Amino acid sequence: MELLTPSTGLFFWQLIVFVGLFFVLSKFAWRPMLASLKERETSIQQALDSAEKAKLEMASLKTDNEKLLKETREERDRILREARQAAIAINEQAQAEAKKNADRLIDDAKSVIQVEKQAALRDVREQVALFSLDIAQKLLKKNLASDLAQKALAEEFIKDLKLN
Amino acid sequence: MKRVLLVRTAIFLASFCFLGRASIVPSVAQHHEDTVRINQDSAVSEHSSEPKELNVAEVILEHVMDNHIWHITDAIVIPLPVIVYSQEKGFDLFSSTNFFEHHKTVEYQGYKLVGNKILIAETHKEVLDFSVTKNVLMLFINSGILLIILLTVARTYKTRAGKAPNGLQSFIETIILFVQNDIVKPNIGPKYEKFLPYLLTLFFFILFGNLLGLLPGAGNLTGNISVTLVLALITFFITNLNGNKNYWGHIFWTPGVPLPLRIIILPVELIGVFTKPFSLTVRLFVAITAGHIVLLALICLTFIFKSWFVGIGSTVFVTLISLIELLVAGIQAYVFTLFSSLYIGMAVAEHRHDDHH
Repeated sequence: MELLTPSTGLFFWQLIVFVGLFFVLSKFAWRPMLASLKERETSIQQALDSAEKAKLEMASLKTDNEKLLKETREERDRILREARQAAIAINEQAQAEAKKNADRLIDDAKSVIQVEKQAALRDVREQVALFSLDIAQKLLKKNLASDLAQKALAEEFIKDLKLN
Repeated sequence: MKRVLLVRTAIFLASFCFLGRASIVPSVAQHHEDTVRINQDSAVSEHSSEPKELNVAEVILEHVMDNHIWHITDAIVIPLPVIVYSQEKGFDLFSSTNFFEHHKTVEYQGYKLVGNKILIAETHKEVLDFSVTKNVLMLFINSGILLIILLTVARTYKTRAGKAPNGLQSFIETIILFVQNDIVKPNIGPKYEKFLPYLLTLFFFILFGNLLGLLPGAGNLTGNISVTLVLALITFFITNLNGNKNYWGHIFWTPGVPLPLRIIILPVELIGVFTKPFSLTVRLFVAITAGHIVLLALICLTFIFKSWFVGIGSTVFVTLISLIELLVAGIQAYVFTLFSSLYIGMAVAEHRHDDHH
């Protein structure tokens, strides 16, 4: 049956045309198409890869930053703490010094006062002794001005002597 | 501009596929008369011009098979060149219209057309016929359309390098990527790139051939056994010329099988080498031709029953079957490419036998 038997002519043409079509399409259609498809695929892949890399870099940068920030914060805290301690120490030292100075001044003052006081007392005592002598002289002068008074006194002394 | 025109043409052709079936009906009617007339002429001699019974098988086969003239309607008959060679007469080239005179087939330059075969009139010996028949012309048209579309698209890749695909390019690219990623790569494996151009050409040739064959009046190119045989033979040669040690080892001395069984398996495997191209040949030929026969048979119902209702009914059915045929056009292109990739993949696969047996 003719439908089922291949014919030479069509077989021949089909072979030639199809093989020709294959070569022409391979060279001028498939090669550039597949090449640019592959190129596009690789460029997309590269873009994706670099995006991923950038993401990772960003993440590491972020952790780096955080680390740095943390370190900085710790450093700051440390410095502050140290400064505070130093301030306290300086303050205490100053206070102690001031107290020491004050104490010394007070002590000095006290000793000066003491010396002055002694001197003053001594002065006063001398003055009092002088005054007393003066008074006694004046009193004696007045009481023993008359002979009678001197006699009475002498008699009294004698009386006392007798008693003893 | 050109691209837009191409796309429009494609859409026009596609829509023709849907709508065109209805318009084939009158053409069949005219054709039928003509066929009958030719039959009368060639078979018996002029008898009378009284209406004859419709020979459905004749009409259908006439449409499905190759022909030396392209008979679209009675008004449009494309004469085709006849190229013949015989030892007695050497090469000859003339128009096929010379065989027809007033709806009779006549001898020309000592050649005689019987059915579709050209014989030498005196000896009745068949000549080598390289004529550009209806299907050869379809082959040229199909290849021409493929060249125009694919080269245009290929140029687009250069002009629009680095940009996103658009228009026809994205349509063709989808098919290329489908063939590459879903047919060729999974079946051939890492060496697929070497075979990709052939399989792409194969897929597009069959797809476009199938679709063009659905057009009213078009030749049944991919439903012709010569065409499918050539395609299957090319796959056969590519498969066996690229067959590696494993492939031949499997055929001649199947590993992992007891010795007596190996002797039984050997002829089976050897036959298998040849049944592969045979199945490829027959599958495509039958799928496409059967589709055309179903469509034509449904159309012929109208002329058998000569009834309005049958006419309307058959038109509806023909439209639906045409839609299925569009699907079949794609499926058969897919299947042929798939099996070709599978066979090539089996021939080039590098596998250790321990894994498989």
